Amino acid sequence: MNILLRLAGLAGIGLLTACTPPQGPGEINDPFETRNREVHEANKKLDRNIVRPSSQRYGRAVPKPMRQGIENFSDNLALPGMVVNDVLQLRLDDAIWNSGRFLFNSTIGLAGIMDPAGDIGITERSTDFGETLHVWGFNEGAYLELPVLGPSTERDAVGKVVDFALNPVGRVLGWPEGGVKTAADVAARVGDRYDHTELIDSILYESADSYAQARLLYLQNRRFELGDQEEPDYYDPYEDPYGE
Amino acid sequence: MVNELSRRSVLSGLMAGVAGLALTGPAFALNTEQARNLINDLVNEINNVINSGKPETAMYGDFEKIFIRYADVPIIARSALGVAARSASAAQMNAFTTAFRGYLSRKYGKRFREFIGGKLEVESARAVKSFYEVKTTAYLRGEAPFEVVFLVSDKSGRDLFFNMYIEGVNMLATERTEIGAMLDARRGNIDLLIQDLKTAG
Repeated sequence: MNILLRLAGLAGIGLLTACTPPQGPGEINDPFETRNREVHEANKKLDRNIVRPSSQRYGRAVPKPMRQGIENFSDNLALPGMVVNDVLQLRLDDAIWNSGRFLFNSTIGLAGIMDPAGDIGITERSTDFGETLHVWGFNEGAYLELPVLGPSTERDAVGKVVDFALNPVGRVLGWPEGGVKTAADVAARVGDRYDHTELIDSILYESADSYAQARLLYLQNRRFELGDQEEPDYYDPYEDPYGE
Repeated sequence: MVNELSRRSVLSGLMAGVAGLALTGPAFALNTEQARNLINDLVNEINNVINSGKPETAMYGDFEKIFIRYADVPIIARSALGVAARSASAAQMNAFTTAFRGYLSRKYGKRFREFIGGKLEVESARAVKSFYEVKTTAYLRGEAPFEVVFLVSDKSGRDLFFNMYIEGVNMLATERTEIGAMLDARRGNIDLLIQDLKTAG
């Protein structure tokens, strides 16, 4: 299974180099818009019928401190995968930082349920294989909305597959402990949906074009996360009031 | 003689200009420190509201007042409307700007609700292009701190912010997409858009 996924990941990397030219800042490259919009409608239906109602039940039934503990636990077990990516990106300071956070919270933080490292300022330096591909010089590729997982790009979709295949913690844990991790991951995401109910509802159900809003939000935020540019490409409305 | 006169008038004109600059310079030309102070005041007002313990509906009204005082609403509105603003009449632009202001205040007032119990802190300010970038950090309960950037300009005649970036997501681009989609859904009818904006957000 893992080998298959890894091969799929590598095949994906091959695809990435082949398609879609580099993008200027602020540009949106969405050649698969028709298909993406279909997936978006399916994702919305899934959210409306299953994810949102489940998150409401979960959020009301489980008190915040317990949900926070589950989220901390899930986030903590994501750290080793991030450290692998830090190393692949040759960002050794981040590798040490995230390792330190992992060791601290896994022990003093009671297997990661608490976050004493965060309390003293050692917060997560988030990364993933999508970022590793970015550091290695791969272009963002086309925008994609993935079934269930939502907004992504060609590069980030490949990154997700590789991160899933890499999964160093799941490999060490095996069964059934790995299942506990997966359950915590799902609960953490459902908890996120509950904690950000209003924001996500406003994007999905209140905006005039939820697909375009989700796409813009994802691309801007992702480029910001990855951005190593000193001066962002700020748009000046006084120079160009009509945005032409 | 003519030369003499014109030279003198040019000189006196220059002198007046220099004097004028010396007198009015600091008041008009926005600098890094002033941009920083402006956002500091803005952030303090926001912090006061989100920690005031008032009911949330009362907070929306406070946010609206803050927004009107600190933001260059006309340029944000024009930019959000995009190319359609070019063909709009002055009366339509006025009506749109007013409706848009209410819509934006309600929408972002709701967003700032998530800041309740948290705080914003000004980190740094610097000149970028012809305006100023002021970086702040948002500290919210139960979340890792994140960056909120304000862009400040004096081109409206007052020192006001004209865009904000929350973790890279900027208000101008978001609203241009949203208003553009609303306009498309109304087949480009600006009057209909204005009507519906009055209750949107």
